[in-house]
Amino acid sequence: MPGSIQSIERAAAILRLLAESDDPMGLLQISAALDLAKGTTHGLLSTLTDVGFVEQAHAAGPYRLSDDMAGLGRNRLHANELRSRALNWTDALAGRSGEAAKVAVFRDGQAVIAHHVFRVDLASRRRSAQTLTTGTVVPLHATALGKVLLAFEPAAARSIVGRELPSLTYRTITDRVALYRELAAVRDGGWAAAVDESGPDVADIAAPVRDRGGYVVAVVGIEGAKDRICDERGRPRPTLIAHVVRAGRDISRELGHGRGL
Amino acid sequence: MIRRYVAALDQGTTSSRCILFDHDGRMIAIAQREHRQYYPRPGWVEHDAAEIWATVQRVIRQALDDADADACEIVALGVTNQRETMVVWDSSTGVPVHRAIVWQDTRTADLLAEIGRTDAAEQIRARAGLPLVTYFSGAKLRWLLDSDPALAERADRGELLFGTMDTWITWNLTGGVQGGVHVTDVTNASRTMLMNLETLDWDDTLLRIFRVPRSMLPEIRSTVGVVGTTVDPVPGIPVGALIGDQQASLFGHGAFEAGEVKCTFGTGGFLLLNTGTRIAHSTHGLITTVAHRFDGEPAVYALEGSMAMTGGLVQWCRDNLRLIKTPSEIETLAAQVPDNGGCYVVPAFSGLFAPHWESGAQGMIVGLTSFVTRSHIARAVLEATAWQTRDVVDAMNADAGLPASALVVDGGMTTDNLLMQMVADVLDVPVIRPMMAETVALGAAYAAGLAVGYWPDRAALRRHWHVAAEWLPAMDPARRDRELAAWRKAVELAIAWGTR
Repeated sequence: MPGSIQSIERAAAILRLLAESDDPMGLLQISAALDLAKGTTHGLLSTLTDVGFVEQAHAAGPYRLSDDMAGLGRNRLHANELRSRALNWTDALAGRSGEAAKVAVFRDGQAVIAHHVFRVDLASRRRSAQTLTTGTVVPLHATALGKVLLAFEPAAARSIVGRELPSLTYRTITDRVALYRELAAVRDGGWAAAVDESGPDVADIAAPVRDRGGYVVAVVGIEGAKDRICDERGRPRPTLIAHVVRAGRDISRELGHGRGL
Repeated sequence: MIRRYVAALDQGTTSSRCILFDHDGRMIAIAQREHRQYYPRPGWVEHDAAEIWATVQRVIRQALDDADADACEIVALGVTNQRETMVVWDSSTGVPVHRAIVWQDTRTADLLAEIGRTDAAEQIRARAGLPLVTYFSGAKLRWLLDSDPALAERADRGELLFGTMDTWITWNLTGGVQGGVHVTDVTNASRTMLMNLETLDWDDTLLRIFRVPRSMLPEIRSTVGVVGTTVDPVPGIPVGALIGDQQASLFGHGAFEAGEVKCTFGTGGFLLLNTGTRIAHSTHGLITTVAHRFDGEPAVYALEGSMAMTGGLVQWCRDNLRLIKTPSEIETLAAQVPDNGGCYVVPAFSGLFAPHWESGAQGMIVGLTSFVTRSHIARAVLEATAWQTRDVVDAMNADAGLPASALVVDGGMTTDNLLMQMVADVLDVPVIRPMMAETVALGAAYAAGLAVGYWPDRAALRRHWHVAAEWLPAMDPARRDRELAAWRKAVELAIAWGTR
């Protein structure tokens, strides 16, 4: 039996350590925790960074596991693939709700719109006054689309650690504790809403999209004027929530969720 | 509360789908299953009709299961299908006597060249509205009967039945050997080269040209109208409509009026212009076809610009080149470069269809240099669809005498944002996708629902149509002109290569 390879054992120990740590760790912390020489630790970390398992927010900054590492073994669903699978169900959601429907994914540290279906516009029937937003970014903490990603996608949740939550309106949740409380409610309820939080008079409702294994890979939602999305007391309308949650389930089913592993 | 849905069965070139729609034309459930493609020789494309029927049975059951719906909740089923693909089967056993010959198949090129030496080409164009090319079914049937004298004898004895896929599916749905109805509709029959566009019946002159016994042909019915009731895989659903897939798409857009147009991007690409009750003949390479017919009304006609290879080229990149793993990956790859790097792909796999109708043309990739990467090729693959669309839109504009101000699109390729932007760029008009991209299935559902009174009239359906996305042209005109000239040159080369 061949002997075990020491550098692989040490690399594995670093990965375990980073996986268990809530916060990124500095070089000295890591070398002390594993009782390794600083030079050896640095060499291991730079190789792990080269292969994409470990990353630094900035050069000379602390280390953490990369998003790739978190998704290792999962086939990452590409935004273009997702759009083609979600198309029919997003159309159905836009048709049922009468509002603009959007699908978003967490990519490169941001919530990116992967698909957009225009709102039903009875005023301009054969042309549209709306513009496609596919490829644009929405704020993670101030939209329902973003909150679902924060609530269910570990890489998204980690991306806001230590970052300021910018205020976009007087209703934007900028307090981290308040945001975490809200995300817990999103996990419990299976849907998120944001009212007046990303812009005045704008509201959205969103629900997770899961892959075959149950992992949240995207989010689907509707967005529109506050008085259409919400009732007179400013709460999202239950029928619209039901449409969004159903669309999330339908797209998840399209991706194999609930059809057996 | 009693729910009521309409089902559409879309038997396509690569897969069969069953989609359920509610009263507002919104999708309730979809089930899809692919079937195998057979390429036994260069230019030959075949399907196993028995496999297709088996997949049809499965997707109908699965769609009902997914919606948790019983057959009694389905008010009607509309059948739409890949057109021109034909099969012959034994009427007493229900077993196909050969693999189905697919619309893309070019085996009849020599046979057609022979027929073309007589005055048949003129007769066919005048009576069927079609050019003498391998695309259509009649010559495929003649080829089959020529391929085996025993088959020709059995056909003469009345033992064999012919059908396009609508006919094969409907015969099986309604009982097969136990009382299945042997019918087709005017849209599918208009693609056989055997039907007269004015009488809407099989044409004796055309039957003589192709030496086809009338006894094996199905009865031609209206598009909208119940032809029978299902027996298998679930009993009791009225079959309310049969309609070829491209005509179904036009119907699904609610394009019931003369002058309305749509373009579908699927395996192939198809531009259809409704010409009303007038049989228009193109002078720029479009073909004349039947758009639909309601029971008791005159037929509505259309001019069509057919592109044999659009999404099919992307599938070829996946299956034969292994350039990509999924069709949507072509967009990811193509988006990595700002232009095609001088590379052009002419996808003349089945010759070139509209507006060229060059059966002999063969596909080519031109402009290769060391600079060209797989991303450039991916981009050229998508551009091939955009430029082909430009060619058929130019033909349509020339026939109509005034340019279209926008293009309404549907089909699976409309999920490709980059491609839709390219189409807007090369046409220099906005490209508009309606809220239901599955317009083919929606059109079949509309037709079947109208047949049983689920919807009161056509106006009610037009109110379902909404804009879901719009792409605006943003290309520098000088670049467009330069690249159009390069594309046209590449097409000339593909035609020249085929006639070498």
